[in-house]
Amino acid sequence: MNAPILSRRRFLSASLVAGGGLLFDLNIPLAGAAEGAPQILTAFVRILPDNRVIIGAKNAEIGQGAKTMLPMLIAEELDVDWAQVTIEQTHADQKIFGGQTAGGSRTTPREWLPTRKAGAAARAMLVAAAAQIWGVAPATLKTGSGKVSDPASGRSISYGALAAAAAQQPAPDPATLTLKDPKDFRIIGQSIGGVDTPAIVAGKPLFGIDFKLPGMLFAVLETCPAFGGTFKSANLDEVKALPGVAHVLTIKGDGTPESLFDGVAILSTSWWSANQAREALKIEWDMGAVSGFSTEGYAAQAAQRLKGKADGDIVRAGDVDAAFAAAAKTVSAQYDYPFLAHGTLEPQNCTALFKDGAIEIWAPTQNPESGRGLVAKALNLPPDKIRINFTRIGGGFGRRLMNDYMVQAAAIAAQVPGVPVKLLFNRQQDIQRDFYRPAGWHGFRAALDKGGKLTAFHDHFVTFGKDGKPVRSAEMPATEIPAGLIDTVLLEQSFLATNMPTGWLRAPGSNALAFVTQAFLDEVAQAAGKDLPTLMLELLGEPRELPRGPNAPPFVTGRAKGVIEKVVAMSGWADRGKLPKGRGKGFAFYYSHMGYFAEVLEVALVDGMPKVATVWVAGDVGSQIINPMNALHQAQGSVIEGLGQALAGQKITQVAGAVEQANFDTHPLQRIPDTPQIIVEFVKTDYPPTGMGEPALPPVIPALVNALHAATGKRIRTLPIVPEMFA
Amino acid sequence: MAISLKVNGQTRSVEADPAKPLLWALREDLDMVGTKFGCGAGLCGACTVHIDGNPARACQTPIGEAQGMAITTIEAVAKSDAGKRISDAWVKLDVPQCGYCQAGQIMSATALLATTPNPSDEDIDAAMMGNLCRCSTYVRIRAAIKDAARAGAKA
Repeated sequence: MNAPILSRRRFLSASLVAGGGLLFDLNIPLAGAAEGAPQILTAFVRILPDNRVIIGAKNAEIGQGAKTMLPMLIAEELDVDWAQVTIEQTHADQKIFGGQTAGGSRTTPREWLPTRKAGAAARAMLVAAAAQIWGVAPATLKTGSGKVSDPASGRSISYGALAAAAAQQPAPDPATLTLKDPKDFRIIGQSIGGVDTPAIVAGKPLFGIDFKLPGMLFAVLETCPAFGGTFKSANLDEVKALPGVAHVLTIKGDGTPESLFDGVAILSTSWWSANQAREALKIEWDMGAVSGFSTEGYAAQAAQRLKGKADGDIVRAGDVDAAFAAAAKTVSAQYDYPFLAHGTLEPQNCTALFKDGAIEIWAPTQNPESGRGLVAKALNLPPDKIRINFTRIGGGFGRRLMNDYMVQAAAIAAQVPGVPVKLLFNRQQDIQRDFYRPAGWHGFRAALDKGGKLTAFHDHFVTFGKDGKPVRSAEMPATEIPAGLIDTVLLEQSFLATNMPTGWLRAPGSNALAFVTQAFLDEVAQAAGKDLPTLMLELLGEPRELPRGPNAPPFVTGRAKGVIEKVVAMSGWADRGKLPKGRGKGFAFYYSHMGYFAEVLEVALVDGMPKVATVWVAGDVGSQIINPMNALHQAQGSVIEGLGQALAGQKITQVAGAVEQANFDTHPLQRIPDTPQIIVEFVKTDYPPTGMGEPALPPVIPALVNALHAATGKRIRTLPIVPEMFA
Repeated sequence: MAISLKVNGQTRSVEADPAKPLLWALREDLDMVGTKFGCGAGLCGACTVHIDGNPARACQTPIGEAQGMAITTIEAVAKSDAGKRISDAWVKLDVPQCGYCQAGQIMSATALLATTPNPSDEDIDAAMMGNLCRCSTYVRIRAAIKDAARAGAKA
């Protein structure tokens, strides 16, 4: 809680704007920001004379609903009707707007209180203005639908008419602001459609790929198929002579995937022409050592590493060797999962205009400030010479937390000053230039006593790392369940080298760790003669709080118990033995992104492949579902995406340092016939609301493999699931 | 060379290679960017338009072959009765998440409803399985098509 102390003036300022409108600039300290440094949130609210209210949306919209949800919080406390509200996307600048990263399902927990306070502060000034005009005490006045009313006299005045008087009011002390009692919410808790939905349905230009400037050139950038290869030579003059080609430029990289690899850019007035010309490009690359990396190589090394000693401990508690020696029964199994690409449907793109020593960027980015730093470094520009504008984003899923496309567009634009350039990846480049969910291998052991109690747990995790540390998104936390719930645990890791850029894919870490840990615990439960919900409830024990580090709330075992009991009841778990032969139900629980999710899934084999009939989801994301419709949509999307990771055939493989897959035929997504019935219920608990972008995804994968075991007797320990596993 | 295209009831002339896909002629030459680029290989359906009333992948249709045919895009789909009902249902059920694939989804769904006023789940699967949605809005796509069908039955 290192919130900076702000003067009232700094906290809120109200001013008249052209045309008689009222502008509130609200600067709210954000407490306990996970990033460490204290942050300020600036929200803006503009009230027009006709009582329309314009609210700035400061975060990127990737389909998670933030552009609708954050203004809902302000509108609620400002006490206006949603129909009065128009939402405007802000640009990206953390000095003004505070954190604008769309990632980690963090927007809701971070902004639940401060953003509502912003609305409450503006309301307080409008009330004070009306009180002064009427000569009554502010506390006697009421608000609603964008009006202040005086119940004693029956008079009322619109917010729009109060502009001049409100602009003169002293700013309220943030500490004196009272927020609405949740029972009085009129917007929070309502199902409100996405603010851009009508424009999307009408085919309006909203996305990065749609953005256009006069005189703009389109660019394609070719880089080495094997990550890290460097440029030697190319038939540049030949390509320059092709029809429609305006420029062929060599781009010198710094060799990091986050910023720039060496490449050749082709610029044209038509992206199609540029991409056609690319096919004529013949580049000689220096592959150096990077061509030695392959999927087969990783698998062989991992198998070898699992037989030996690990590189180091993640967590070691109790006497593991003694516990296994004393065990009445032990269970062991190896699990693995592949690299995955993001496959956002809008391919990576970015538009940039370099002019007079400054650059302006229009980017579908989830993480603009990181991009600003990389562009500043690559172009040797001061950060304040870089303006970043948000576009709507055709799918994030973590891919656009990286800003490689932004640096590339900037580097190309810097070579053609005054000419706007739009860089667009083709699909093959999008799949082959990703930051992949890393593959991983786990060697598990569990010890059970005579009573079937889990007495020790051991995981040797073979992951990717460098210099004794896991690469991005290849970590396993020391709190990975059952660690923290039993006394004797060893989680240890070994590292393989790779040239694959790795990154965060929706529910990063968790999307793989949930699969392996909850599937193995299902095996353990069976060995102990019980089911997984029973084992989990035993492990969770009495309601208590387990610390999860300085920047995260504690894990509350009672909340986990709540969703497990809920899904068991919802899904008819107790009656699963009555299912016809060949059908099975599986269960899994996972805690990620501050959300507690338990899921049950029913499956059967149809034509040799699993067909999921129903998924029951019980989630606890706190006291309030802010936008129930969107929360449901996020849960449904997460479940289907998780099923896609297991069932669609997704697997990124590497040969000679390069990715083999090139399009949606070789890296497929779920399609409409694969959609099960999905039943979602929320358990409300007295904790602040948290995000819905991710936590419903992880448990669906282990629930699926556990259900497949129940249905077929086959234990799936490798993803993706393929028909041969049931042959 | 000049290619004459009939788009949304208007005849437009495009100066381009006849091999240029209709997708890129729409986006670059006619400034109609509602039709989306997803895969360039006919695998995702994001670029779906109607050609003479049938759903077609604009990324796989050279403009030379589309000359003289009636092309309808997302920008004008709501002018037809089926397109209007589909578009209205899409808004009512808030189908989009990121929204990128939805133009293609709406074009495929409209073509389905125009020929099959009361589609079954199997009809919907068959008509829509060529359209990927990375956000997995499939539950609502199915529901919105049925909602639009009911709206037609009432009319």
